[in-house]
Amino acid sequence: MQTTHNLLVDVQDLKVQFSLHEGTVHALQGVSFQIQQGKTLGVIGESGSGKSVTAQAILGIIPSPPGKVVGGRVLLNLPTTPTSTRVVNVTELKPNGAELRSIRGKEISMIFQEPMTSFSPVHTLGDQIMEAVRIHYPDVSKQEARQRAIEMMRRVGIPRPEERIDAYPFQFSGGMRQRAMIAMALVCHPRLVIADEPTTALDVTIEAQILDLLRDLQSEFGMSIMYISHDLTVVGSVADEVMVMYLGLVMEHAATDELFTHPLHPYTEALWRSIPTIDGDLDRLTPIRGALPSPFAVHPGCPFFSRCEKRIVGVCDTARPPMVEARPQHWVRCFLYTEQGNPPQ
Amino acid sequence: MSTNHQVLLEVDGLRKYFPIQKGFLRRTVAHIKAVDNVSLQIQRGEVLGVVGESGCGKTTLGRCLVRVYEPTGGQAILHTGSQDLTLDDLNGEQMRLFRRSVQMIFQDPFASLNPRMNVLETVGEPLRVNGIAKGRELEERVSQMIQQVGLRVEHLRRYPHSFSGGQRQRIGIARALVVQPKLVIADEPVSALDVSIQAQILNLLKDLQERQELTYLFVSHNMAVIRYISDRIAVMYAGKLVELGPKQMLLSRPKHPYTELLLAAVPRTIDRHQRTITAGEPPDLARLPSGCVFRTRCKYAQARCTEEEPQLQELESGHFVSCHFAADLSLGGVVPRVHSFAA
Repeated sequence: MQTTHNLLVDVQDLKVQFSLHEGTVHALQGVSFQIQQGKTLGVIGESGSGKSVTAQAILGIIPSPPGKVVGGRVLLNLPTTPTSTRVVNVTELKPNGAELRSIRGKEISMIFQEPMTSFSPVHTLGDQIMEAVRIHYPDVSKQEARQRAIEMMRRVGIPRPEERIDAYPFQFSGGMRQRAMIAMALVCHPRLVIADEPTTALDVTIEAQILDLLRDLQSEFGMSIMYISHDLTVVGSVADEVMVMYLGLVMEHAATDELFTHPLHPYTEALWRSIPTIDGDLDRLTPIRGALPSPFAVHPGCPFFSRCEKRIVGVCDTARPPMVEARPQHWVRCFLYTEQGNPPQ
Repeated sequence: MSTNHQVLLEVDGLRKYFPIQKGFLRRTVAHIKAVDNVSLQIQRGEVLGVVGESGCGKTTLGRCLVRVYEPTGGQAILHTGSQDLTLDDLNGEQMRLFRRSVQMIFQDPFASLNPRMNVLETVGEPLRVNGIAKGRELEERVSQMIQQVGLRVEHLRRYPHSFSGGQRQRIGIARALVVQPKLVIADEPVSALDVSIQAQILNLLKDLQERQELTYLFVSHNMAVIRYISDRIAVMYAGKLVELGPKQMLLSRPKHPYTELLLAAVPRTIDRHQRTITAGEPPDLARLPSGCVFRTRCKYAQARCTEEEPQLQELESGHFVSCHFAADLSLGGVVPRVHSFAA
């Protein structure tokens, strides 16, 4: 959607299915977006929206079976020299092949929600942070790797890293563990960090610290961040642009300020009216009616149709709405912004 | 704090200590003071929000008040109207009355329902065990109740697995309210729900509160949720009540440095790029500092804070703070602004 010379990730019409006993879940139904170098893309979605599956697809770690990429491409632009780049399609690589393993952890790394279950409990944090360095840089000596780990732990704000590097995860508090996870994600200086609900398990004061830290590290190292969360206000405070997902489709995509001041999709608007905020007006919340449809349901039309306040019967339930640029650089998947939704009088 | 007929629950110096045991003989070497000397009153018909970080004692406080935990010390008196029930001194009959008068709504709608009991059995159980209703009458009351929480009569024979998270939380609410309690302790009732469902449950809780003249003790870590639902807010830190006051007063002009910190950490919707400095971590309850428990994170701390523990004092009418310098500090709060869409 923008100029391409700074393009890092280019996801085109990505489709992912999960074949389960109960039926087939169409987890991603044609998702397209791009991530620019050094920028943060925020991804908002509820459970079942496909936000985490999107992250898994970029890393090539969709559990298979039952999951399968059935269409589309995930292109990574990896600079090899200052002037040339190598384009890799992740969906064509073998899930555990050497090429993908050389990308995971080095070019792209991930910060998970639950720092306690994401670390091995029987290895020291230092060993786990050093492991990434040792795998991706075989020439680096153990001493050097340890030094890099200590430096990165210091950078993410872990006090006395020379001592703490030999501690085990259980000896860290939740906030410190999340810092250690960030250190592990960044120690190889990746081009892209995918953060999947990295602060959801943390207290709000610690969340603010971690968000600050991510912003600082981004301006220092220049990596791109894909920040996934269900929390609009958190995404709003970190992202340059925001993408709203619902049941495997991107519903709206725009720069953060644009999306927050001019939400166009009825789902985005409804979300805004339904969340309590600390500084907005205190009128009654307007809930989104109904519940999330079953993940097995197949929607010939707009997946939000059953809950939408502005739906047009006969239009929205018959065909999938197209993604249209309703305002400059502001994309929305809704018939209200097409000719079908506004028939000529 | 004086007693009057408006007060439903009076908590006085409530304490709950958990022993830390060590060694082969499991000797008690120290205590975790999960709730330490908390005094507050809940007025009839109000929503008192209790907010704080993990480990601050907000859940333990709620559990002490429904008698899931036996308090270590202190007192709580429930004024039911017909009689005053003193929490640690209840005979059998009074205990039954107490159980009917105080009910709880839990956080996790998946863990708090018995998967082998259908809606009728789940919601009807409090009526049955309290001897309030049985048979046809019980079913009648259960179906009325579940309709009030937005479920339908045909749901009566269904089991929890066939409901979504939001619907399960509605079942949990129906179970709590079917005995017409005076006080409802709601412990993070919307934290496990999807954002689009949270508003449904919050509005339902608000509506039921107004319709049935209920009183809530609403426990949450989410300041925005607390702001939406509460009339008054209690802020807890390391087992202690550090600030208590009417909502607007406490949010716009907090008097305790911890409240200021907590408010600063909540992401804003309007000044989204405002940076906040929220140094420090939640305290280790086994190793609390001397004097004021918050002083190690407090940017206003002075020598006196190390030596002397501040007591909760009424700074202005109805606004209680436990900070030596509450009257001198000028702290930043939240200025609400109308969020308007240009659409």
